[in-house]
Amino acid sequence: MRELSAQKITEAVKKLCIEANCHLPQDVKNCIETCRAQETWPQAQEILDRIKENYEIADAQDAPICQDTGMACVFVKVGQEVHIVGDLTEAIHEGVRQGYSEGFLRKSVVRDPLDRVNTKDNTPAMIYYDIVPGDKVEITVAPKGFGSENMSQIKMLKPSDGLQGVKDFILKVVEDAGPNPCPPIVVGVGIGGTVDKAALMAKQALLRPADSESPIPFYADLEKEMLEKINSLGIGPQGFGGKTTALAVNIEVCPTHIAGLPIAVNINCHVTRHQKEVL
Amino acid sequence: MPISIKAPMTREEAKKLRAGDSCLISGVIYTARDAAHKRLCELAEQGKELPLDVKDAVIYFVGPTPAKPGQAIGSAGPTTSYRMDAYSPTMIRLGQTGMIGKGKRNDEVIAAMKEHGAVYFGAIGGCGALLSKCIKNSEIVAYEDLGAEAIRRLEVEDFPVIVIIDAEGNNLYETGREAYLNTQK
Repeated sequence: MRELSAQKITEAVKKLCIEANCHLPQDVKNCIETCRAQETWPQAQEILDRIKENYEIADAQDAPICQDTGMACVFVKVGQEVHIVGDLTEAIHEGVRQGYSEGFLRKSVVRDPLDRVNTKDNTPAMIYYDIVPGDKVEITVAPKGFGSENMSQIKMLKPSDGLQGVKDFILKVVEDAGPNPCPPIVVGVGIGGTVDKAALMAKQALLRPADSESPIPFYADLEKEMLEKINSLGIGPQGFGGKTTALAVNIEVCPTHIAGLPIAVNINCHVTRHQKEVL
Repeated sequence: MPISIKAPMTREEAKKLRAGDSCLISGVIYTARDAAHKRLCELAEQGKELPLDVKDAVIYFVGPTPAKPGQAIGSAGPTTSYRMDAYSPTMIRLGQTGMIGKGKRNDEVIAAMKEHGAVYFGAIGGCGALLSKCIKNSEIVAYEDLGAEAIRRLEVEDFPVIVIIDAEGNNLYETGREAYLNTQK
C-alpha cells in the first residue's frame, strides 16, 4: 500500500490556500472576458474592466484578489489504496493555519457563532472527504467569502413544484441577493438528495470550472437557460445595471425521495476561487 | 469627470452629491465593520466618548488583509453594508457624513441619511488588490483585539467610489437598473 505523510498534505494545503487567494482560476477569467465582450452598458463595461485590472494586479504581486480570503473549504478525495501516515484532518487544519499566516491572508473565522471570538489562524477548515478507488489523494481548496455565502438559500420544494419551481427558486435567490454578493456572480445549484446533500452539491457545483457545462444534456440546457434568464434581470456588475449579473450557472443533481424536491442555491462572487492538487 | 472629495466631509458637501456621481476621495477616513460598530454604538448608548471623531467622518466598511512588509495595507475592498444597518442611523446622528460599502441599505438608514445629510458610497466589491493602491497610510486607532475588524485611520488618495444613495434618497441600484432595462425594451 502506498504511504503518504501527513506533512505532505499540510504543505499542499498551505500552498493551495495562498495560490487560490492570489490567483483567479483561468475558467473564471475566461467567463469575465466573454461577458465583457458581450456587455453593452457603459458603467458595466467600466466595472468589468476594473475587475480584470484587479485580478491582474493580484497575479503580478501575489496579492489577495479580495480582502475576504474566506473560510477554507477543503474537498479531499482519498484513494482507498493510500495509507496516510499521521493525522490527516489535523494536517489539513495545519496547512490552513500556515497558509493564512505566512500568506498574509485575512483570518475571518470565529470559534463560536454566538460568542464570536476570532480563532486568529482561520481554522477550522470546512473539510469534506470522499473515499475513491486508486492510490492518489486529490485536494481542492476553495476559499469562500461570506458576502456571497450570506446570499445563499435552501428550500424543500414539493415534487408538484417541478421544473418551474426549480427555475423560480433560482431566480428568486438571485433577485433577493441583488447587488449584495458582488455581481457578476457564479450560481451553484444542488437539486435532489436530502437537505444537507442539496447544500453540499450547491457548493460542489462552484468547484466545477465556470466555463464548463453539466455532462447531463438536460441540465446543461437548464444551466444555459437560467444564465440567460438571470442576465435578463438587469442587476448588472455591482448592481448598477447591465447584462452581466452572472458569469455562470452550475447545476449538480442527485436522486431524492418520492416526497421531496430539495434545492439549494449557493451564490459565489466574481472572485470564485478553487485550486486543486493531486498527491 | 469624477468629483474630487476631501475627507472628513461636511454635511453641506455631502448634500451636494447625487446618486450615480463618480467621486475620488482624498484625506482621512476610518474603517469599521460589524464588531467595531457594535462597540461604538454601545459606547454611544452609555454616553461615553468614542475612540474616533465621528463628526463629518467617512467610514469605510472594510476588514483588510494583513499588510506585507513595506505595504501600507493589504487588500482592502468593501464588505456588504446591510450588516451595519442596525448601527448606521446612530452613527449618522452622531455626525458621520459618509459610508463606503457595497449592497443594499434599509429604510431606517436612508431616513437618517435624508434627515441629517449623509451619503452612501459604493466601492467595487471584490477589487481589494486594486483599491489598496489608493490607501497611503494605515494605523490602528482602536480595538486591536478585533484583528481585521479593528478601527483603522486611513490616509487615502483619489480613492474611487460612486454615490449609490444620496442625501435625498435617490438610489443608483434602482435608477441604474431601470435605465439599463429601458434600453432593452
